[in-house]
Amino acid sequence: MNAVMTIARRELRSYFATPVAYVFIIIFLVMAGWATFYVGRFYERGQADLVPFFSFLPWLYLFLIPPLAMRLWAEERRSGSIELLMTLPVTLPQAVLGKFVAAWVFTTIALVLTFPLWITVNYLGDPDNGVIVASYLGGILMAGGFLAIGSALSALTRNQVIAFILTIVTCFVFLLIGYEIVLSVLSGVLPQPLVDAIASLSFNTHFQSIVKGVIDLRDFVYFLLLIGFFLLANAIILDMKKAS
Amino acid sequence: MIEVRSLTKHYGNLTAVDNLSFEVAPGEVLGFLGPNGAGKSTTMRMIAGFLTPTSGTALVCGHDVQSDAIAARRAIGYLPEGAPSYPEMTPRSFLAFIAAIRGLATETASQRIAAVTEQLHLESVFDQPIDTLSKGFRRRVGLAQAILHDPQVLILDEPTDGLDPNQKHEVRNLIRAMASDKIIVISTHILEEVHAVCSRAIIIANGQRLADDTPAALEARSRYHQAVSLTVNEQTDIESVRTTLRNLPDVRSIENDERTIIAFPQPGTTLLPQVTALANQHGWQLDGLQQERGRLDEVFREITVGEAAA
Repeated sequence: MNAVMTIARRELRSYFATPVAYVFIIIFLVMAGWATFYVGRFYERGQADLVPFFSFLPWLYLFLIPPLAMRLWAEERRSGSIELLMTLPVTLPQAVLGKFVAAWVFTTIALVLTFPLWITVNYLGDPDNGVIVASYLGGILMAGGFLAIGSALSALTRNQVIAFILTIVTCFVFLLIGYEIVLSVLSGVLPQPLVDAIASLSFNTHFQSIVKGVIDLRDFVYFLLLIGFFLLANAIILDMKKAS
Repeated sequence: MIEVRSLTKHYGNLTAVDNLSFEVAPGEVLGFLGPNGAGKSTTMRMIAGFLTPTSGTALVCGHDVQSDAIAARRAIGYLPEGAPSYPEMTPRSFLAFIAAIRGLATETASQRIAAVTEQLHLESVFDQPIDTLSKGFRRRVGLAQAILHDPQVLILDEPTDGLDPNQKHEVRNLIRAMASDKIIVISTHILEEVHAVCSRAIIIANGQRLADDTPAALEARSRYHQAVSLTVNEQTDIESVRTTLRNLPDVRSIENDERTIIAFPQPGTTLLPQVTALANQHGWQLDGLQQERGRLDEVFREITVGEAAA
């Protein structure tokens, strides 16, 4: 566990050593505000909740997390520092987990910095703060899901652009399969149980049910399993690269 | 002790390392020589645990690099080719990270960081981002990282590449100073380095070991070994010197350019005393007279090119 935290601390510091972290956070916050007040018609809706923000969050993550995740392993491979990291006395799972935790903590910091929205709805009305807390937790978990996918795919290549494209496409698919419009098209060609199974794999299905205030432990477990699955894939990809 | 056992690595159809076995004992500094692409780095990467061998394995201080990888890596200090590090970090934060991940206690860590910083003269750049440093400094940061935990085994892939002559000299001194109780493996294609630091040299090409000997014994394979070269001055007739030397029974052959003659001895004979005596007897005016030790570059070329041609 010590090694995981040492790697995570080093990674997290390196985010803040370059402008990447600040650019990410500023864009994230500006987009979050824009989405909530402009796209989500926060005032016109006349409801004191954060549904506009959280409905938009998956799409915000779709564009902001792949560029963050693409460097996780691709950059390490390009600069050669992967050779240093992998010959230190740390196991492959420790290295994978350490880098993932750093990125996850970072996206969590960015999400927590949207707290003025929370203060605003509490000032304007009387929102269900339990749902908002659950939504924030769901947001953190969803960011973890996006990151785990991005981390695994960035282990495939030394080229960050390829890692970025693979990640954004994969995450896009994971989002789309939760939308009625896509599912109704699918149900025209696939049997309904299969369509339901596909829908249950989507980020969107699980995240939106959390946002609506339906607190079902399975939605949280889904994200944890998804993270676990892709981090395992990440370690397997790295191990295969070592042997090839 | 490093025991390399039938180590083999294939990349697709290419055999990078082909059934390589050797051992290195404490106190030895092993120089790994070979043309580019010979398999030096691949071998070192497998010992250091970065690559998984296709077959065979290596034991480092009794720990199998595959089945007991973490223990093996603890015993090793490794400088990868090109000395990669994290460019946005400073030597201070980078070495602190290495100390932490290697589990050095806080006090030991600060002592060791201070010691390696001094040994590699990193004080002046200690708080500068590594990507702003010159190639020589980056290489030294990489070396500092490798020796930080005072490992039993050091594996250094081209440790002096990119250093200026003074820095090369210092790094070689550092390696020599550490050599007495450690196992050190360095790869290089600078042959003078083999002389300067290695107690043993392995020449590999196409992933196979072609020679394994002390640097002196390798030099003795050179046709220049024990040859005597004379540089005569302008007053001396080079043709008569040549003829006189040619008539010595122990001289196998003679080569010369305008002012320098090299006399190659028959195997097992020593020419220098005879040549010195002749020079005195005939009153040759010499600008230089020396017995050659042998030319490592020539031996290297003969062994590696001969193999490639065969």
